[in-house]
Amino acid sequence: MLDIRNVSLTFDPGTMDEKKAIRNLSFHADKGEFITVIGANGAGKSTLFSVISGGNRVDCGQILLDGNDITNVPEHIRSRRIGRLFQDPMKGSAPGMTIEENLFLAAGHGGWFAGVSKSDRERFRERLSALGMGLEDRMNHKVGLLSGGQRQALTLIMATLNPPDLLLLDEHTAALDPGTAEKVLKVTSDIVRENKLTCMMITHNMQSALDLGTRTVMMDHGNIILDYSGDERAHLTVNDLMKSFREKSGAALNNDRMLLS
Amino acid sequence: MEFLETLLSLGQSTLEQGLITSLTVLALFLSYSMLNVCDLSTDGCYALGAIVGGMVAKGEFPLMSGVSPALLPFLSLLFAMLFGAMSGFLVSLLQTRMGINSLLAGIVVNTGLYSVNMAIMKGSPLVSIARNDTVFTLTKKLFKGTPLYDWSAVIVLALIVALVCVFLFFFLRTRLGLAIRATGDNDAMVKASSINPIMTTTVALCISNSFTALAGCLMAQFSKSADVNVGSGVVTIALASLLIGHTFFKKTGMGLRIFGMVVGALVFRTVYTVALRFNMPAYMLKAVSSLIVILAVFVPYITAKTAKRRHFSEERRSKNA
Repeated sequence: MLDIRNVSLTFDPGTMDEKKAIRNLSFHADKGEFITVIGANGAGKSTLFSVISGGNRVDCGQILLDGNDITNVPEHIRSRRIGRLFQDPMKGSAPGMTIEENLFLAAGHGGWFAGVSKSDRERFRERLSALGMGLEDRMNHKVGLLSGGQRQALTLIMATLNPPDLLLLDEHTAALDPGTAEKVLKVTSDIVRENKLTCMMITHNMQSALDLGTRTVMMDHGNIILDYSGDERAHLTVNDLMKSFREKSGAALNNDRMLLS
Repeated sequence: MEFLETLLSLGQSTLEQGLITSLTVLALFLSYSMLNVCDLSTDGCYALGAIVGGMVAKGEFPLMSGVSPALLPFLSLLFAMLFGAMSGFLVSLLQTRMGINSLLAGIVVNTGLYSVNMAIMKGSPLVSIARNDTVFTLTKKLFKGTPLYDWSAVIVLALIVALVCVFLFFFLRTRLGLAIRATGDNDAMVKASSINPIMTTTVALCISNSFTALAGCLMAQFSKSADVNVGSGVVTIALASLLIGHTFFKKTGMGLRIFGMVVGALVFRTVYTVALRFNMPAYMLKAVSSLIVILAVFVPYITAKTAKRRHFSEERRSKNA
Protein backbone atom coordinates (compact mmCIF):
# COMPACT_ATOMS: atom_id res chain seq x y z
CA MET A 1 0.00 0.00 0.00
CA LEU A 2 2.28 2.78 1.26
CA ASP A 3 6.02 2.28 0.97
CA ILE A 4 8.51 4.83 2.20
CA ARG A 5 12.09 3.98 1.31
CA ASN A 6 15.10 5.69 2.91
CA VAL A 7 13.50 9.13 2.88
CA SER A 8 15.27 12.20 4.30
CA LEU A 9 14.16 15.80 4.48
CA THR A 10 16.20 18.77 5.67
CA PHE A 11 14.75 22.22 6.30
CA ASP A 12 16.86 25.27 5.45
CA PRO A 13 19.89 23.23 4.32
CA GLY A 14 23.22 25.03 4.51
CA THR A 15 21.98 27.72 6.88
CA MET A 16 22.26 28.19 10.64
CA ASP A 17 18.67 26.99 10.99
CA GLU A 18 19.37 23.71 9.22
CA LYS A 19 17.12 21.02 10.66
CA LYS A 20 17.08 17.37 9.68
CA ALA A 21 13.34 16.75 10.04
CA ILE A 22 13.25 13.24 8.58
CA ARG A 23 16.34 11.02 8.75
CA ASN A 24 16.63 8.05 6.43
CA LEU A 25 13.15 6.83 7.31
CA SER A 26 11.70 3.63 5.89
CA PHE A 27 8.18 2.50 6.56
CA HIS A 28 5.59 0.19 5.13
CA ALA A 29 1.83 0.22 5.66
CA ASP A 30 -0.49 -2.54 4.48
CA LYS A 31 -3.90 -1.98 3.00
CA GLY A 32 -6.58 -1.53 5.65
CA GLU A 33 -4.19 -0.74 8.49
CA PHE A 34 -5.18 2.01 10.94
CA ILE A 35 -1.90 3.31 12.30
CA THR A 36 -1.67 5.73 15.21
CA VAL A 37 1.44 7.89 15.27
CA ILE A 38 2.85 9.31 18.51
CA GLY A 39 5.99 11.21 19.45
CA ALA A 40 7.20 14.36 21.16
CA ASN A 41 6.89 17.80 19.58
CA GLY A 42 9.39 18.17 16.77
CA ALA A 43 9.79 14.41 16.32
CA GLY A 44 8.78 14.78 12.66
CA LYS A 45 5.21 13.42 12.71
CA SER A 46 3.57 16.26 10.79
CA THR A 47 6.58 16.52 8.49
CA LEU A 48 6.20 12.84 7.66
CA PHE A 49 2.56 13.48 6.69
CA SER A 50 3.60 16.48 4.64
CA VAL A 51 6.18 14.31 2.85
CA ILE A 52 3.58 11.64 2.11
CA SER A 53 1.00 14.13 0.83
CA GLY A 54 3.47 16.18 -1.20
CA GLY A 55 3.55 19.42 0.81
CA ASN A 56 7.30 18.95 1.11
CA ARG A 57 9.55 17.30 -1.47
CA VAL A 58 12.12 14.91 -0.03
CA ASP A 59 15.90 15.33 -0.33
CA CYS A 60 16.36 11.67 -1.20
CA GLY A 61 14.51 8.40 -1.04
CA GLN A 62 11.30 7.13 -2.60
CA ILE A 63 7.60 7.15 -1.75
CA LEU A 64 5.33 4.55 -3.33
CA LEU A 65 1.57 4.38 -3.14
CA ASP A 66 0.09 1.09 -4.35
CA GLY A 67 3.33 0.38 -6.16
CA ASN A 68 3.36 3.71 -8.02
CA ASP A 69 6.28 6.04 -7.40
CA ILE A 70 4.74 9.32 -6.25
CA THR A 71 7.96 10.94 -5.01
CA ASN A 72 7.76 13.72 -7.61
CA VAL A 73 4.00 13.92 -8.07
CA PRO A 74 2.61 17.38 -7.15
CA GLU A 75 0.47 17.78 -4.03
CA HIS A 76 -2.86 18.42 -5.77
CA ILE A 77 -2.50 15.26 -7.86
CA ARG A 78 -1.66 13.14 -4.82
CA SER A 79 -4.72 14.64 -3.09
CA ARG A 80 -6.94 12.63 -5.40
CA ARG A 81 -5.87 9.50 -3.53
CA ILE A 82 -4.73 10.88 -0.20
CA GLY A 83 -7.22 12.57 2.12
CA ARG A 84 -5.94 14.89 4.82
CA LEU A 85 -7.25 16.55 7.98
CA PHE A 86 -5.43 19.14 10.06
CA GLN A 87 -5.56 20.20 13.69
CA ASP A 88 -7.07 23.56 12.73
CA PRO A 89 -10.77 23.01 11.86
CA MET A 90 -10.68 26.23 9.78
CA LYS A 91 -8.20 24.74 7.32
CA GLY A 92 -10.36 22.05 5.77
CA SER A 93 -13.38 23.86 4.33
CA ALA A 94 -14.28 27.15 2.65
CA PRO A 95 -16.22 29.36 5.14
CA GLY A 96 -17.86 31.57 2.51
CA MET A 97 -19.40 28.63 0.71
CA THR A 98 -22.32 26.45 1.75
CA ILE A 99 -22.03 22.93 3.16
CA GLU A 100 -23.42 21.57 -0.09
CA GLU A 101 -20.93 23.52 -2.22
CA ASN A 102 -18.03 22.35 -0.06
CA LEU A 103 -19.14 18.74 -0.34
CA PHE A 104 -19.63 19.03 -4.08
CA LEU A 105 -16.11 20.35 -4.53
CA ALA A 106 -14.77 17.48 -2.42
CA ALA A 107 -16.82 14.92 -4.36
CA GLY A 108 -14.85 16.00 -7.41
CA HIS A 109 -16.65 14.06 -10.10
CA GLY A 110 -18.75 14.94 -13.12
CA GLY A 111 -16.23 17.23 -14.79
CA TRP A 112 -15.40 20.90 -14.38
CA PHE A 113 -18.70 22.21 -15.72
CA ALA A 114 -21.02 19.96 -13.76
CA GLY A 115 -23.33 21.34 -11.09
CA VAL A 116 -24.82 19.76 -7.97
CA SER A 117 -27.32 17.12 -9.03
CA LYS A 118 -30.24 15.66 -7.13
CA SER A 119 -28.44 12.37 -6.54
CA ASP A 120 -25.39 14.27 -5.23
CA ARG A 121 -27.66 16.07 -2.79
CA GLU A 122 -29.17 12.80 -1.57
CA ARG A 123 -25.75 11.25 -1.10
CA PHE A 124 -24.59 14.32 0.88
CA ARG A 125 -27.68 14.18 3.06
CA GLU A 126 -27.13 10.53 3.82
CA ARG A 127 -23.47 11.01 4.76
CA LEU A 128 -24.20 14.08 6.88
CA SER A 129 -27.06 12.47 8.77
CA ALA A 130 -24.67 9.68 9.86
CA LEU A 131 -22.85 12.33 11.91
CA GLY A 132 -25.92 12.95 14.05
CA MET A 133 -25.18 16.68 14.15
CA GLY A 134 -28.20 17.87 12.18
CA LEU A 135 -25.98 19.18 9.38
CA GLU A 136 -28.13 17.45 6.76
CA ASP A 137 -30.84 20.08 7.34
CA ARG A 138 -28.37 22.94 6.95
CA MET A 139 -26.94 22.12 3.53
CA ASN A 140 -27.44 25.66 2.29
CA HIS A 141 -25.86 27.31 5.33
CA LYS A 142 -22.44 28.85 5.01
CA VAL A 143 -19.71 26.70 6.55
CA GLY A 144 -18.37 29.76 8.39
CA LEU A 145 -21.45 29.54 10.64
CA LEU A 146 -20.54 26.06 11.95
CA SER A 147 -18.71 25.31 15.21
CA GLY A 148 -15.19 23.89 15.17
CA GLY A 149 -16.40 20.37 15.86
CA GLN A 150 -19.08 20.51 13.18
CA ARG A 151 -16.54 21.87 10.73
CA GLN A 152 -14.04 19.14 11.51
CA ALA A 153 -16.74 16.49 11.12
CA LEU A 154 -17.71 18.04 7.77
CA THR A 155 -14.06 18.01 6.69
CA LEU A 156 -13.92 14.33 7.58
CA ILE A 157 -16.93 13.65 5.36
CA MET A 158 -15.36 15.74 2.60
CA ALA A 159 -12.09 13.79 2.81
CA THR A 160 -13.83 10.41 2.70
CA LEU A 161 -16.68 11.16 0.27
CA ASN A 162 -14.70 9.28 -2.34
CA PRO A 163 -12.89 6.79 -0.13
CA PRO A 164 -9.19 7.75 -0.44
CA ASP A 165 -6.44 5.13 -0.68
CA LEU A 166 -4.83 6.73 2.35
CA LEU A 167 -6.30 9.00 5.02
CA LEU A 168 -3.92 11.21 7.02
CA LEU A 169 -5.26 12.67 10.26
CA ASP A 170 -2.94 15.21 11.87
CA GLU A 171 -4.25 15.63 15.43
CA HIS A 172 -7.59 16.48 13.95
CA THR A 173 -9.37 16.52 17.34
CA ALA A 174 -6.72 18.41 19.33
CA ALA A 175 -8.38 21.83 18.92
CA LEU A 176 -11.84 20.60 19.95
CA ASP A 177 -13.37 20.46 23.43
CA PRO A 178 -13.14 16.97 25.01
CA GLY A 179 -16.78 16.01 24.36
CA THR A 180 -16.72 17.05 20.72
CA ALA A 181 -13.28 15.50 20.27
CA GLU A 182 -14.62 12.16 21.46
CA LYS A 183 -17.58 12.40 19.11
CA VAL A 184 -15.38 13.24 16.11
CA LEU A 185 -13.00 10.40 17.03
CA LYS A 186 -15.90 7.97 17.11
CA VAL A 187 -17.14 9.16 13.72
CA THR A 188 -13.58 8.81 12.45
CA SER A 189 -13.18 5.19 13.51
CA ASP A 190 -16.66 4.36 12.17
CA ILE A 191 -15.86 5.83 8.76
CA VAL A 192 -12.45 4.17 8.62
CA ARG A 193 -13.97 0.79 9.54
CA GLU A 194 -16.96 1.02 7.19
CA ASN A 195 -14.88 2.03 4.19
CA LYS A 196 -11.95 -0.24 5.13
CA LEU A 197 -9.65 2.76 4.76
CA THR A 198 -5.92 2.73 5.23
CA CYS A 199 -5.38 5.46 7.77
CA MET A 200 -2.59 7.15 9.72
CA MET A 201 -3.49 9.31 12.70
CA ILE A 202 -1.19 11.53 14.72
CA THR A 203 -2.32 11.94 18.30
CA HIS A 204 -0.92 13.29 21.53
CA ASN A 205 -3.20 11.10 23.56
CA MET A 206 -1.23 7.90 24.21
CA GLN A 207 -4.25 6.08 25.53
CA SER A 208 -6.32 6.69 22.40
CA ALA A 209 -3.22 5.82 20.34
CA LEU A 210 -3.45 2.34 21.84
CA ASP A 211 -7.26 2.13 21.91
CA LEU A 212 -7.82 3.13 18.31
CA GLY A 213 -6.55 1.41 15.22
CA THR A 214 -4.52 -1.68 14.52
CA ARG A 215 -0.93 -0.51 14.82
CA THR A 216 1.00 2.14 16.76
CA VAL A 217 4.31 3.72 15.81
CA MET A 218 6.38 6.19 17.80
CA MET A 219 8.62 8.78 16.17
CA ASP A 220 11.70 10.49 17.54
CA HIS A 221 14.27 12.72 15.85
CA GLY A 222 12.89 12.20 12.40
CA ASN A 223 12.65 8.45 12.48
CA ILE A 224 10.34 5.68 13.64
CA ILE A 225 11.74 4.14 16.81
CA LEU A 226 8.89 1.91 17.98
CA ASP A 227 6.36 -0.10 16.00
CA TYR A 228 3.69 -2.24 17.65
CA SER A 229 0.90 -4.30 16.16
CA GLY A 230 -1.05 -7.49 16.72
CA ASP A 231 -0.88 -9.31 20.06
CA GLU A 232 2.08 -7.35 21.32
CA ARG A 233 0.09 -4.16 20.93
CA ALA A 234 -3.08 -5.62 22.42
CA HIS A 235 -1.37 -6.09 25.77
CA LEU A 236 0.52 -2.81 25.71
CA THR A 237 -0.14 -0.12 28.31
CA VAL A 238 0.80 3.56 28.29
CA ASN A 239 3.43 2.78 30.92
CA ASP A 240 5.05 0.10 28.74
CA LEU A 241 5.11 2.59 25.91
CA MET A 242 6.93 5.20 27.98
CA LYS A 243 9.39 2.65 29.33
CA SER A 244 10.37 1.38 25.91
CA PHE A 245 10.68 4.94 24.68
CA ARG A 246 13.19 5.65 27.46
CA GLU A 247 15.19 2.54 26.58
CA LYS A 248 15.12 3.24 22.88
CA SER A 249 15.90 6.93 22.82
CA GLY A 250 17.93 7.10 26.04
CA ALA A 251 15.93 10.04 27.25
CA ALA A 252 12.87 10.53 29.37
CA LEU A 253 9.75 11.47 27.49
CA ASN A 254 9.77 15.06 28.58
CA ASN A 255 6.61 16.20 26.95
CA ASP A 256 3.99 17.49 29.36
CA ARG A 257 1.22 17.28 26.81
CA MET A 258 1.88 13.60 26.24
CA LEU A 259 2.30 12.68 29.90
CA LEU A 260 -0.81 14.45 31.00
CA SER A 261 -3.07 12.95 28.44
CA MET B 1 -41.84 69.21 -20.46
CA GLU B 2 -38.34 70.38 -21.22
CA PHE B 3 -37.31 69.36 -17.71
CA LEU B 4 -38.72 65.88 -18.26
CA GLU B 5 -36.86 65.57 -21.51
CA THR B 6 -33.60 66.57 -19.87
CA LEU B 7 -34.23 64.05 -17.13
CA LEU B 8 -34.96 61.32 -19.64
CA SER B 9 -31.83 61.98 -21.65
CA LEU B 10 -29.78 62.17 -18.47
CA GLY B 11 -31.24 58.87 -17.36
CA GLN B 12 -30.42 57.38 -20.73
CA SER B 13 -26.79 58.44 -20.70
CA THR B 14 -26.47 57.30 -17.08
CA LEU B 15 -27.79 53.90 -18.08
CA GLU B 16 -25.45 53.66 -21.05
CA GLN B 17 -22.35 54.64 -19.09
CA GLY B 18 -23.41 52.59 -16.07
CA LEU B 19 -24.03 49.44 -18.07
CA ILE B 20 -20.62 49.67 -19.73
CA THR B 21 -18.97 50.18 -16.33
CA SER B 22 -20.93 47.28 -14.88
CA LEU B 23 -19.06 44.84 -17.13
CA THR B 24 -15.79 45.92 -15.51
CA VAL B 25 -17.48 45.66 -12.11
CA LEU B 26 -18.56 42.10 -12.93
CA ALA B 27 -14.98 41.36 -13.98
CA LEU B 28 -13.73 42.60 -10.62
CA PHE B 29 -16.48 40.66 -8.87
CA LEU B 30 -14.86 37.51 -10.22
CA SER B 31 -11.24 38.48 -9.53
CA TYR B 32 -11.61 40.65 -6.40
CA SER B 33 -14.66 39.24 -4.60
CA MET B 34 -14.43 35.60 -5.65
CA LEU B 35 -10.75 34.86 -6.29
CA ASN B 36 -9.62 37.48 -3.73
CA VAL B 37 -6.98 38.94 -6.04
CA CYS B 38 -6.83 42.69 -6.57
CA ASP B 39 -6.11 42.85 -10.29
CA LEU B 40 -4.46 46.21 -10.94
CA SER B 41 -4.00 45.54 -14.65
CA THR B 42 -7.66 46.55 -15.13
CA ASP B 43 -6.91 50.05 -16.50
CA GLY B 44 -4.51 48.78 -19.14
CA CYS B 45 -6.75 45.86 -20.03
CA TYR B 46 -9.75 48.18 -20.50
CA ALA B 47 -7.68 50.33 -22.87
CA LEU B 48 -6.41 47.18 -24.62
CA GLY B 49 -10.01 46.11 -25.23
CA ALA B 50 -10.92 49.57 -26.49
CA ILE B 51 -7.96 49.80 -28.84
CA VAL B 52 -8.01 46.25 -30.18
CA GLY B 53 -11.78 46.60 -30.60
CA GLY B 54 -11.36 49.95 -32.34
CA MET B 55 -8.72 48.67 -34.74
CA VAL B 56 -10.77 45.58 -35.59
CA ALA B 57 -13.95 47.62 -36.12
CA LYS B 58 -11.96 49.82 -38.43
CA GLY B 59 -10.67 46.79 -40.30
CA GLU B 60 -7.08 47.80 -39.68
CA PHE B 61 -6.19 44.88 -37.43
CA PRO B 62 -4.15 41.99 -38.87
CA LEU B 63 -6.34 39.36 -40.62
CA MET B 64 -9.17 41.88 -41.00
CA SER B 65 -8.46 43.10 -44.53
CA GLY B 66 -10.81 40.81 -46.46
CA VAL B 67 -13.57 40.56 -43.84
CA SER B 68 -17.04 41.88 -44.65
CA PRO B 69 -17.61 45.24 -42.88
CA ALA B 70 -20.89 44.00 -41.40
CA LEU B 71 -19.00 41.40 -39.38
CA LEU B 72 -16.33 43.74 -38.06
CA PRO B 73 -18.29 45.18 -35.07
CA PHE B 74 -18.89 41.66 -33.76
CA LEU B 75 -15.35 40.46 -34.44
CA SER B 76 -14.28 43.59 -32.59
CA LEU B 77 -16.03 42.38 -29.41
CA LEU B 78 -14.61 38.89 -29.85
CA PHE B 79 -11.04 40.01 -30.43
CA ALA B 80 -11.18 42.47 -27.54
CA MET B 81 -12.24 39.65 -25.22
CA LEU B 82 -9.55 37.37 -26.61
CA PHE B 83 -6.82 39.94 -26.03
CA GLY B 84 -8.23 40.69 -22.58
CA ALA B 85 -8.02 37.01 -21.72
CA MET B 86 -4.41 36.95 -22.94
CA SER B 87 -3.58 39.89 -20.72
CA GLY B 88 -5.24 38.11 -17.78
CA PHE B 89 -3.23 35.01 -18.59
CA LEU B 90 -0.04 37.05 -18.41
CA VAL B 91 -0.99 38.51 -15.00
CA SER B 92 -1.72 35.01 -13.68
CA LEU B 93 1.52 33.65 -15.14
CA LEU B 94 3.52 36.33 -13.32
CA GLN B 95 1.90 35.63 -9.97
CA THR B 96 1.60 31.85 -10.09
CA ARG B 97 4.72 30.75 -11.95
CA MET B 98 7.20 33.59 -11.66
CA GLY B 99 6.96 34.47 -7.98
CA ILE B 100 5.75 38.04 -8.51
CA ASN B 101 3.37 39.41 -5.88
CA SER B 102 -0.16 39.63 -7.25
CA LEU B 103 -0.45 43.43 -6.83
CA LEU B 104 2.91 43.95 -8.50
CA ALA B 105 2.02 41.53 -11.31
CA GLY B 106 -1.03 43.68 -12.12
CA ILE B 107 0.90 46.94 -12.01
CA VAL B 108 3.73 45.60 -14.17
CA VAL B 109 1.31 44.30 -16.82
CA ASN B 110 -0.66 47.57 -16.64
CA THR B 111 2.46 49.58 -17.39
CA GLY B 112 3.58 47.23 -20.15
CA LEU B 113 0.17 47.38 -21.79
CA TYR B 114 0.64 51.11 -22.47
CA SER B 115 3.38 50.28 -24.98
CA VAL B 116 1.42 47.35 -26.36
CA ASN B 117 -1.62 49.58 -26.89
CA MET B 118 0.47 52.24 -28.63
CA ALA B 119 2.04 49.56 -30.82
CA ILE B 120 -1.39 48.21 -31.81
CA MET B 121 -2.36 51.76 -32.90
CA LYS B 122 0.96 51.90 -34.81
CA GLY B 123 2.16 54.82 -32.73
CA SER B 124 -0.81 57.11 -33.13
CA PRO B 125 -2.39 58.10 -29.83
CA LEU B 126 -5.97 57.73 -31.02
CA VAL B 127 -8.13 55.38 -33.09
CA SER B 128 -11.30 56.84 -34.55
CA ILE B 129 -14.11 54.62 -35.83
CA ALA B 130 -16.45 57.51 -36.69
CA ARG B 131 -16.92 56.29 -40.26
CA ASN B 132 -17.29 52.59 -39.43
CA ASP B 133 -20.18 50.51 -38.26
CA THR B 134 -20.46 49.57 -34.61
CA VAL B 135 -22.89 47.28 -32.81
CA PHE B 136 -24.70 50.47 -31.84
CA THR B 137 -25.07 51.88 -35.38
CA LEU B 138 -26.20 48.45 -36.60
CA THR B 139 -28.96 48.26 -33.96
CA LYS B 140 -29.97 51.82 -34.68
CA LYS B 141 -30.47 50.79 -38.30
CA LEU B 142 -32.46 47.78 -37.14
CA PHE B 143 -34.76 49.85 -34.92
CA LYS B 144 -35.24 52.68 -37.43
CA GLY B 145 -38.80 54.02 -37.31
CA THR B 146 -39.70 52.19 -34.10
CA PRO B 147 -40.01 53.82 -30.67
CA LEU B 148 -36.97 51.76 -29.56
CA TYR B 149 -34.71 53.81 -31.83
CA ASP B 150 -33.47 56.25 -29.16
CA TRP B 151 -32.90 53.45 -26.68
CA SER B 152 -31.08 51.06 -29.00
CA ALA B 153 -27.73 51.51 -27.23
CA VAL B 154 -29.32 50.84 -23.83
CA ILE B 155 -30.98 47.71 -25.21
CA VAL B 156 -27.75 46.32 -26.70
CA LEU B 157 -25.82 47.02 -23.54
CA ALA B 158 -28.51 45.61 -21.25
CA LEU B 159 -28.56 42.46 -23.35
CA ILE B 160 -24.79 41.99 -23.15
CA VAL B 161 -24.71 42.73 -19.41
CA ALA B 162 -27.56 40.28 -18.84
CA LEU B 163 -25.67 37.62 -20.80
CA VAL B 164 -22.54 38.14 -18.71
CA CYS B 165 -24.59 38.05 -15.47
CA VAL B 166 -26.29 34.81 -16.45
CA PHE B 167 -22.97 33.31 -17.49
CA LEU B 168 -21.40 34.24 -14.15
CA PHE B 169 -24.39 32.93 -12.21
CA PHE B 170 -24.21 29.50 -13.79
CA PHE B 171 -20.44 29.42 -14.02
CA LEU B 172 -20.01 30.04 -10.28
CA ARG B 173 -22.19 26.99 -9.57
CA THR B 174 -20.07 24.61 -11.63
CA ARG B 175 -17.24 22.68 -10.08
CA LEU B 176 -14.75 25.00 -11.77
CA GLY B 177 -16.55 28.09 -10.47
CA LEU B 178 -16.75 26.64 -6.96
CA ALA B 179 -13.05 25.76 -7.14
CA ILE B 180 -12.29 29.39 -8.00
CA ARG B 181 -14.41 30.57 -5.06
CA ALA B 182 -12.68 28.11 -2.73
CA THR B 183 -9.27 29.35 -3.89
CA GLY B 184 -10.26 32.85 -2.83
CA ASP B 185 -12.03 31.68 0.30
CA ASN B 186 -9.57 29.24 1.87
CA ASP B 187 -6.10 28.94 0.45
CA ALA B 188 -5.06 26.25 2.94
CA MET B 189 -7.99 24.03 2.03
CA VAL B 190 -7.34 24.27 -1.68
CA LYS B 191 -3.66 23.43 -1.23
CA ALA B 192 -4.60 20.20 0.57
CA SER B 193 -7.33 19.30 -1.91
CA SER B 194 -7.11 18.08 -5.45
CA ILE B 195 -7.74 21.57 -6.83
CA ASN B 196 -4.75 23.16 -8.50
CA PRO B 197 -4.76 26.81 -7.37
CA ILE B 198 -2.57 27.80 -10.31
CA MET B 199 -5.25 26.54 -12.69
CA THR B 200 -8.15 28.25 -10.88
CA THR B 201 -6.26 31.57 -10.65
CA THR B 202 -5.41 31.42 -14.34
CA VAL B 203 -8.96 30.62 -15.46
CA ALA B 204 -10.50 33.31 -13.23
CA LEU B 205 -8.11 36.03 -14.37
CA CYS B 206 -8.55 35.14 -18.04
CA ILE B 207 -12.35 35.32 -17.79
CA SER B 208 -12.36 38.43 -15.66
CA ASN B 209 -10.00 40.31 -17.97
CA SER B 210 -11.97 39.30 -21.03
CA PHE B 211 -14.97 41.10 -19.47
CA THR B 212 -12.86 44.15 -18.68
CA ALA B 213 -11.66 44.27 -22.28
CA LEU B 214 -15.24 43.79 -23.49
CA ALA B 215 -16.24 46.86 -21.47
CA GLY B 216 -13.40 48.83 -23.03
CA CYS B 217 -14.38 47.68 -26.52
CA LEU B 218 -18.04 48.66 -26.00
CA MET B 219 -16.93 52.05 -24.72
CA ALA B 220 -14.82 52.52 -27.88
CA GLN B 221 -17.69 51.49 -30.15
CA PHE B 222 -20.10 53.67 -28.19
CA SER B 223 -17.97 56.81 -28.28
CA LYS B 224 -16.63 55.92 -31.75
CA SER B 225 -13.06 56.39 -30.67
CA ALA B 226 -10.44 55.12 -28.27
CA ASP B 227 -7.22 56.59 -27.03
CA VAL B 228 -4.41 55.16 -25.00
CA ASN B 229 -5.60 56.81 -21.77
CA VAL B 230 -9.21 55.64 -22.00
CA GLY B 231 -8.68 53.15 -19.16
CA SER B 232 -7.09 55.48 -16.66
CA GLY B 233 -8.85 55.23 -13.29
CA VAL B 234 -11.28 52.55 -14.43
CA VAL B 235 -10.17 50.15 -11.67
CA THR B 236 -11.08 52.65 -8.94
CA ILE B 237 -14.43 53.52 -10.52
CA ALA B 238 -15.24 49.82 -10.84
CA LEU B 239 -14.12 49.09 -7.28
CA ALA B 240 -16.27 51.96 -6.00
CA SER B 241 -19.27 50.53 -7.87
CA LEU B 242 -18.48 47.04 -6.60
CA LEU B 243 -18.33 48.20 -3.00
CA ILE B 244 -21.61 50.15 -3.39
CA GLY B 245 -23.28 47.06 -4.84
CA HIS B 246 -21.79 44.96 -2.08
CA THR B 247 -23.31 47.08 0.69
CA PHE B 248 -26.78 46.68 -0.84
CA PHE B 249 -26.63 42.94 -1.43
CA LYS B 250 -24.23 41.70 1.22
CA LYS B 251 -26.17 38.84 2.76
CA THR B 252 -28.04 37.55 -0.25
CA GLY B 253 -27.63 34.62 -2.62
CA MET B 254 -25.17 34.58 -5.49
CA GLY B 255 -27.73 35.72 -8.09
CA LEU B 256 -28.60 38.89 -6.23
CA ARG B 257 -24.97 39.58 -5.45
CA ILE B 258 -24.18 39.48 -9.17
CA PHE B 259 -27.18 41.70 -9.91
CA GLY B 260 -25.93 43.99 -7.13
CA MET B 261 -22.78 44.66 -9.15
CA VAL B 262 -24.89 46.15 -11.96
CA VAL B 263 -26.93 48.13 -9.43
CA GLY B 264 -23.69 49.40 -7.88
CA ALA B 265 -22.42 50.61 -11.24
CA LEU B 266 -25.74 52.35 -12.00
CA VAL B 267 -25.90 53.98 -8.55
CA PHE B 268 -22.35 55.21 -8.93
CA ARG B 269 -23.12 56.70 -12.35
CA THR B 270 -26.34 58.30 -11.05
CA VAL B 271 -24.54 59.96 -8.15
CA TYR B 272 -21.92 61.19 -10.57
CA THR B 273 -24.48 62.55 -13.04
CA VAL B 274 -26.37 64.35 -10.26
CA ALA B 275 -23.12 65.83 -8.99
CA LEU B 276 -22.37 67.07 -12.51
CA ARG B 277 -25.81 68.76 -12.64
CA PHE B 278 -24.85 70.60 -9.49
CA ASN B 279 -21.90 72.00 -11.41
CA MET B 280 -19.24 69.63 -10.17
CA PRO B 281 -16.46 69.78 -12.77
CA ALA B 282 -16.15 66.58 -14.81
CA TYR B 283 -12.54 66.10 -13.79
CA MET B 284 -13.69 65.38 -10.25
CA LEU B 285 -14.94 61.90 -11.32
CA LYS B 286 -11.76 60.18 -10.26
CA ALA B 287 -11.51 61.96 -6.91
CA VAL B 288 -15.13 60.98 -6.21
CA SER B 289 -14.46 57.34 -7.07
CA SER B 290 -11.34 57.31 -4.86
CA LEU B 291 -13.33 58.82 -2.01
CA ILE B 292 -16.08 56.21 -2.36
CA VAL B 293 -13.56 53.35 -2.26
CA ILE B 294 -11.90 54.87 0.82
CA LEU B 295 -15.23 55.35 2.60
CA ALA B 296 -16.58 51.93 1.62
CA VAL B 297 -13.56 50.26 3.21
CA PHE B 298 -13.09 52.68 6.10
CA VAL B 299 -16.66 52.90 7.40
CA PRO B 300 -17.14 49.14 8.07
CA TYR B 301 -13.62 49.05 9.56
CA ILE B 302 -14.26 51.86 12.03
CA THR B 303 -17.77 50.68 12.97
CA ALA B 304 -16.44 47.19 13.74
CA LYS B 305 -13.65 48.70 15.80
CA THR B 306 -15.90 51.00 17.84
CA ALA B 307 -18.45 48.21 18.28
CA LYS B 308 -15.73 46.01 19.76
CA ARG B 309 -14.51 48.78 22.05
CA ARG B 310 -18.06 49.51 23.18
CA HIS B 311 -18.64 45.82 23.83
CA PHE B 312 -15.61 45.57 26.11
CA SER B 313 -16.24 48.83 27.93
CA GLU B 314 -19.81 47.72 28.62
CA GLU B 315 -18.53 44.39 29.84
CA ARG B 316 -16.11 46.16 32.20
CA ARG B 317 -18.87 48.41 33.46
CA SER B 318 -21.21 45.51 34.16
CA LYS B 319 -18.42 43.66 35.99
CA ASN B 320 -17.66 46.72 38.15
CA ALA B 321 -21.30 47.26 38.94
